[in-house]
Amino acid sequence: MHLASLVEMVESGFDERVLLGEGADALTGAAIGSTVRSGASTLSGFSALVYVGENHPLLPVALFAAAWAGIPFVPVNYRLEDHQLNSLVARQPNAFVLADEHTAPRISTGAPVHVFDEWLRSLPADPPAIDPPFDDDEVAIVLYTSGTTSEPKSALLRHRHLMAYLLGTVEFGGAAPDEAALVSVPPYHIAGMANMLSNTFAGRRLVYLRAFEPTHWLEAVRREGITNAMVVPTMLSRIVDAVGGSSADVPTLRSLSYGGAKVSERVLLEALRLFPDTGFVNAYGLTETASTIAVLGPDDHRAAIASDDPLVRRRLGSAGQVLPMVEIEIRDELDQPVAAGEPGIIFLRGEQISGEYASGSLLDDDGWFCTRDRGFVDAEGYLFIEGRADDTIIRGGENIAPAEIEEVLLRHAAVAEACVVGIPDDEWGQRILAAVVLREGASVTAAELQDAVRAELRGSKTPEEIVFRDVLPHTETGKMLRRIVQQELAAAAAQPTPS
Amino acid sequence: MPIALKPGTRLFSAVCVTEMITVKAPAGEVELTIGGAPPVSSAAERDGSGSVAEGHGGGVAMGKRYVDDDDTVELLCTKAGDGVPAIGGVALVLKETKALPASD
Repeated sequence: MHLASLVEMVESGFDERVLLGEGADALTGAAIGSTVRSGASTLSGFSALVYVGENHPLLPVALFAAAWAGIPFVPVNYRLEDHQLNSLVARQPNAFVLADEHTAPRISTGAPVHVFDEWLRSLPADPPAIDPPFDDDEVAIVLYTSGTTSEPKSALLRHRHLMAYLLGTVEFGGAAPDEAALVSVPPYHIAGMANMLSNTFAGRRLVYLRAFEPTHWLEAVRREGITNAMVVPTMLSRIVDAVGGSSADVPTLRSLSYGGAKVSERVLLEALRLFPDTGFVNAYGLTETASTIAVLGPDDHRAAIASDDPLVRRRLGSAGQVLPMVEIEIRDELDQPVAAGEPGIIFLRGEQISGEYASGSLLDDDGWFCTRDRGFVDAEGYLFIEGRADDTIIRGGENIAPAEIEEVLLRHAAVAEACVVGIPDDEWGQRILAAVVLREGASVTAAELQDAVRAELRGSKTPEEIVFRDVLPHTETGKMLRRIVQQELAAAAAQPTPS
Repeated sequence: MPIALKPGTRLFSAVCVTEMITVKAPAGEVELTIGGAPPVSSAAERDGSGSVAEGHGGGVAMGKRYVDDDDTVELLCTKAGDGVPAIGGVALVLKETKALPASD
C-alpha cells in the first residue's frame, strides 16, 4: 500500500477531525488532503523532496505531498555543519528543498530552496490534479544513518515497508477524538517519521515541539492535554531531572514511549514513580526496520516491577516482545540459531524490514536482515539488547557487552552516565576502560565503582581504569558516540605516564 | 470474471462507494466481487447502473481489514460502503487484530 492511499483515508475518515496545527493553521483530515494535493503540484519534475530544519506543526504535509507527487521525502539533520549538510543535500539530484528560515540560507547546492512557511503560504488554491503513482515498491523516505562510525549511509524505506509497519501495529481511527501526541524527536530520525505516520493513521492530533527542552515538554503536555508522547532516553533523563517533587502532574498523559537507545534502570524507575498514572512503552527498532519491531508494554512494566522473580524483574530492561508480523533469530558466530537465553547477533525478517541502502540491499537470499546488534530472547520471548556487535569487547577470548557493565555503573547513585570501551592490550587483546559522568553534587572514587562492578559481575568484567568526565559525546537522539570515547581513552592510555 | 491481485492493488466497487486496497493476495487469479459485482479500477469507471446484490451488502468499515477463511486474501477498506467483498461468492470476514501499545 502507498502513502497516497493513507492520505485518501485520512481525508475521508477524519474529514472534520483536526489532526495538525492549531488556531488559524489547524488542519482537519480534509484540509490535509487538499493541502497535500496543492503541495504535490509544486513538486512536478523534481526527483526528491529534501527537508532541512526543525520540527514544524505541519511537517507531515511535506512528507505526504512528496508521496502524492511520487518522489521520496528526505529529511536531513539541520544541525550538521555546512559542508556535511550540503554534501547530504547534494546526494539527491534534482531535489526540491524545503528548510526552516535559519537553515535555508545555508544551502548552497544550487537546488531550489524554499522556506517551509513561505511555501505553505504560497500553495496554489486551485492546483492541477495529479494522479499519484500508487506503486508501493517506490521509495517513500530516505534517511541518512547517523554515521557514528563512518560516512552516513542512505537507508531506503519503500511505501510497502512503512505500510506493513502501520497495518501491523496501528488501528486506523483507533484514537479517540480528544487524543493528542507530542513529538519531540527530530524529523530526520526514524522515530520522527514513525510518529507522523502512526498518529495520523490512528487519527491522533500531532503537536510538535520545535526543539526539545524538558520544561517546555512538560508545559506542552499540560497545555495541550497530551495523551501520548515518545522520547529518547536522554530526553527522559532530562524530564525526570526537571520534574522535581513527587509527581509530574500530567493527568492527561496515558502513554509515554521511549526508545532509540538504552535507558538506565535508575532513570526508568524514577520516571515510573513520577508518572504513576502513565503507561510506559519501550520500543526497539532501527531505521532499516522501518521503526519499531519489539515492544515492552505498560503491563510488562508493571509485571516486572511487581515481581520477586529475577527473570521477570529483569524484563524491565528488555525490549519486550517482537511484533507478531516480524520473525527473529539469534545467531552465533557460525551463523547458526542459538537456544533461548543464549546471546548472539539479532536477525530479523518481515514485510516491514527494509535492510536496504542506496548502495544495495543487505537482506540475504532468504530475506533475513542482520541488525549487527547483539542480544538474546528469553524463554518467554522477551528480547534483550546488549548493544552493537562492533562495540563488543573481547578480553582474553571472552566476549563482553559494554552495556552489562554500564548498567551496574548506572545503578550507582552517584553516576549519571557511563561509557565502557575496550582498548588494545598486548596481553589480553583488549582491556576494559570506563568513562563516567557524575550526577551534580555527587562524588565517588574509581575504586568504589570498580568494587561495585566486581561485586555484581566478576573480576574479568571490572574496568581496569575509570576516568571521570564532565560530559560524554552523544548524537542528539541520545546514542553514545562510543568511537570517540574509545579513541580518546586509547590515545590517553598510549601516552607515557607522567612521572 | 477472475482478476489478478497484488499488494497495493486498489479496488473500487462498481455498485456502491466501497473502496478497498489489497494488503495480501495469492498468486494467480481470484473470483473477486464487491457488493456482488466485479470491482473496477477507478471511481470514474462506475457507470451507476447496478446496485449491491442481495447477500453482498451489510457494509464494510473504514480502516478495517477483511480476510478469507484460509487467510490468503486480505483487503483494507479505504472508503466505507454497503458492498462487502467476496471471493467465489463467499464473503470476506472482518480480521480480528490484537491491540498493540502505541510505541510512537
